[in-house]
Amino acid sequence: MDIQFTEEQELLRSSVQRLLRDQYDFDARRKIVASEEGFSRKQWEAFAELGLFAAPFSEDVGGLGGGPLSTMIIMQEFGRHLVVEPFVETVVLAGGLLEHTGSEEQKQGFIPDIIAGMKTWALAWSEKGSRFDLANVATTALHQGKDYVLSGEKTAVIAAPWADYLIVSARTSGHRDDRSGVSLFVVDRRAANLDLQSFKTIDGRRAAEISLRNVRGQLLGKKGEGVGALEACRDRAVGALCAEAVGAMAELNSATLEYSKTRKQFGSTIGSFQVLQHRMVDMFIAHQEALSLMQHFSLSLGANEAGLSRLASGAKSKIGYAGRFIADQAVQLHGGMGMTNELNVGHYFKRISSINIQFGDPAFHLLRFAQLDAAA
Amino acid sequence: MELNLSSEDAAFRDEVRSFIAANYPPEMRVANPETDLTKEQMLLWHRILHKKGWIAPLWPKEYGGPGWSITQRFVFEQETSRAGTLPPLAFSVTMVGPVIYTFGSDAQKQKFLPRILSGEDWWCQGYSEPGSGSDLATVRTKAVRDGDHYIVNGHKTWTTLAQHADWIFCLVRTDPAAKPQSGISFLLIDMKSPGVTVRPIITIDGSHEVNDVFLEDVRVPVENLIGEENKGWTYAKFLLGNERTSMAGIGRSTRYLNKLKQIVKAEIRDGDPAHLEFIRDIARVELDVLALEATELRVVAQMARGIDPGPAASLFKIRGTEIFQNITELTHRAVGNYGLAIREHPVSANHFMPGPDYGHTASEKYLNSRKLSIYGGSNEIQRNIIAKAVLGL
Repeated sequence: MDIQFTEEQELLRSSVQRLLRDQYDFDARRKIVASEEGFSRKQWEAFAELGLFAAPFSEDVGGLGGGPLSTMIIMQEFGRHLVVEPFVETVVLAGGLLEHTGSEEQKQGFIPDIIAGMKTWALAWSEKGSRFDLANVATTALHQGKDYVLSGEKTAVIAAPWADYLIVSARTSGHRDDRSGVSLFVVDRRAANLDLQSFKTIDGRRAAEISLRNVRGQLLGKKGEGVGALEACRDRAVGALCAEAVGAMAELNSATLEYSKTRKQFGSTIGSFQVLQHRMVDMFIAHQEALSLMQHFSLSLGANEAGLSRLASGAKSKIGYAGRFIADQAVQLHGGMGMTNELNVGHYFKRISSINIQFGDPAFHLLRFAQLDAAA
Repeated sequence: MELNLSSEDAAFRDEVRSFIAANYPPEMRVANPETDLTKEQMLLWHRILHKKGWIAPLWPKEYGGPGWSITQRFVFEQETSRAGTLPPLAFSVTMVGPVIYTFGSDAQKQKFLPRILSGEDWWCQGYSEPGSGSDLATVRTKAVRDGDHYIVNGHKTWTTLAQHADWIFCLVRTDPAAKPQSGISFLLIDMKSPGVTVRPIITIDGSHEVNDVFLEDVRVPVENLIGEENKGWTYAKFLLGNERTSMAGIGRSTRYLNKLKQIVKAEIRDGDPAHLEFIRDIARVELDVLALEATELRVVAQMARGIDPGPAASLFKIRGTEIFQNITELTHRAVGNYGLAIREHPVSANHFMPGPDYGHTASEKYLNSRKLSIYGGSNEIQRNIIAKAVLGL
C-alpha cells in the first residue's frame, strides 16, 4: 500500500515545498519565533495565496476538496520546516468543526475568511484537571437571549494569543465529565470579560490560560453533543499532527545520517561504528513504519471508515513513540551540538515533544486504542 | 536502603544530617538551583562547608581534607544528595584540586589549594573542543613555548559555568609531532588573561550553563604547567576517573521520584486507567534505583575493604543517567498539558507560567537532562569501556 499522488496532489506538495524552501529556512523561522508576535502574518498570507487554507475544505464551502490527504501533504512539509503558524488550529480544528457541525450561516460567515487568510482561530477544550479527557468540562454556558454566556477557565490553549476567534467547549447540562451536555461555542477572542494570560511553549509557539466571566458565545453544532464533535475533530487533528511528526522525523533522520558521515572521532567517521549504524537503522525503520501508518490513517480519514477513531489513537500512539525514539537518538548522536539552541535538531526534538502532548500522549492513546478494541 | 553503619558512623550520619538541616541557606532552595542562582548564591553553601572543614571530602588531611574514611565520605555524599543540597564547585574541588595536590609543584599547591577550598577561585574545565568530544586525545589547542611563557591558541567548548570562572584548566597540545596522547600538557590559565573570550551557548531548555572559550595568543607563565610537559594525558585520565564516581545520583533520583509520585497523585485520578500506567512505570524506575543503590553500596563496602572498584564508575554513569532521564520524562508526561509550557531564561517573576508550581520546571528538566547521556564520556563510550575493561572484548 503506497499512496500514488494525483497530479493535483503532486502540485500541492511541490508548491508548498518551494515556498518553504524559499521563505522558511531555519534562520527565517528563528526570526519569526523571536518576533514580538511570535508568528508571521506575512507567511500566513503567503500560505493563503498559495491556496493551502482552501485545500482541505469541500467545494461546497469554497474549498478545493482536497480533504485529509491534502492536509497530510501540507503538514508533512510544515513538519520538515518547523512551521509555527496556526494552520492546525485554524484550518484543521476550527475549520473542520465549522464545516462539519456549523449552520449554513456560520459556514458562510466564517470559512471564507479562514480560506482568505484573514482570520486565525484556536480551540479551547482543556481545563485544569481535565488532562486529555474531552468530556471533562466544568466551564458553563447559560442561555441568554439568542446567545449564551460562558463562565470558566480554559488551560493551555495553543495559538490563543494569535487568534481572532475561539471555539470553546462548555457545559450546557450534566455534571463534570458526563459525556453528554457539553456544547461548543464560537467566541470572539477580544470579547469583554475574556482574559488571556499568554506564555511560550517548548516548541517556540504561544499559548494561553483563558478565563471567561459571562462571555458571549454563539452555539456551534447541536446542543449537548459537543463531545462527539470534538472526538471527530481530534481524529482529524491527529491526522495532521502525525503527518507533521513524520515530516520532522524525516528531517531528523537525514540530518543525523549526514552528521554521522562527517563527524570524526577516534580517527573514523562516527557512522562507521556498528553500534551507531544499528541505531540509525532502527531510526530508519521507525520512520518507515510511522510514514506507512500515517498514510493508512489519512486514507481512512478521507474515506470516513468505521473504526476511524480507534485507528486515530493507534496512529497517535505508535507514531508518538516512534517520534520520541528518533528525536532522542538524533540528539544523542549529535552529541553536545544536539543540545544547543543553535542547531535545528533540538528544535525538532521539542516540536515532537509538543505534538506528543497535544490531544493526549502516546500512553493515553495506547490505552484508548486497547479499550475501544475491548468494547467492539 | 542503608549501609550497616558502626555506631561512630551512625553518629557521624546524624551529625551531617542535622548540620544540613540547620545551615543550608534557604535562598538556595529555588525551583531549579542549577540555573536560577547567581554566582554569589551558588557559593553560599560552599563557604559554609569550608568553614566547617567539610568542603573537600576526597582530599587528604594535609591539604585541607577532613580525613574521613571511605564509609564516612559515602555517608556524607548520601546525606547531602538526599537533602538536595547544591554540590560545592565540582570543577574546583573534585577535579582540579586533586590534580594539583597529586601532580602539582609545592608552589602550585600553596597558591591554588587554599583558594579552591575557600571558593575564592572558581574553576572551569577546558577539555572538549569542537573536534574533540568523546575523543579527547585529539585536542588541537596549541601551546607554544616562548621564553618563560606559553602562547596558547585554540577553542574550548561545552565549558560549564565559564561565565563565572576565575581560572580554567586546559588540555593543550605542546608536541604536535607526537602521538595524540603523548603530546598533551595540562595548563592552568587565568581567565582574566588578555585573549580569553567567553561566548554563551544557550541549550534547548533555554538556559545558559555552557560556553565556548576562545584562546587567542594567551600568554601563560610556564609555572602554570602541571607536572611534566607532554604528560597531560595521564593527569586528565586521573581527573576523568573522579568525574564519574558520583554519577549514580541515587539521592537526586530518589528526590525526583518522590516529587513525581506527588505530581501523579495530584494530577491523575485514581479511577483513570492512566493512573495504573503511571504507578507501574514509577515502580519500574524505583526498582532500577534500588538495584543501582544496592550496587553502589556493594562497591562502597568493597572499597572500604581495599578492593579496587575498576570501571564501576562507567556502570554508575550509564544507569544513573538513564534512570534520571526516565524520571524527568515521566514527570514531563505527568503534568499533562502544562508540559507544553516552559520558563523563560533568565528566570523572572514577571514571566507568567501556567499550572501548579510543581510543574514549572518539568519541561526544562526534561530537555536539559538529554545532556546526561552525552557529557562526561557519552554512554556509548562508557559501554565501550566496560566491554574492554570488564568483559575483555
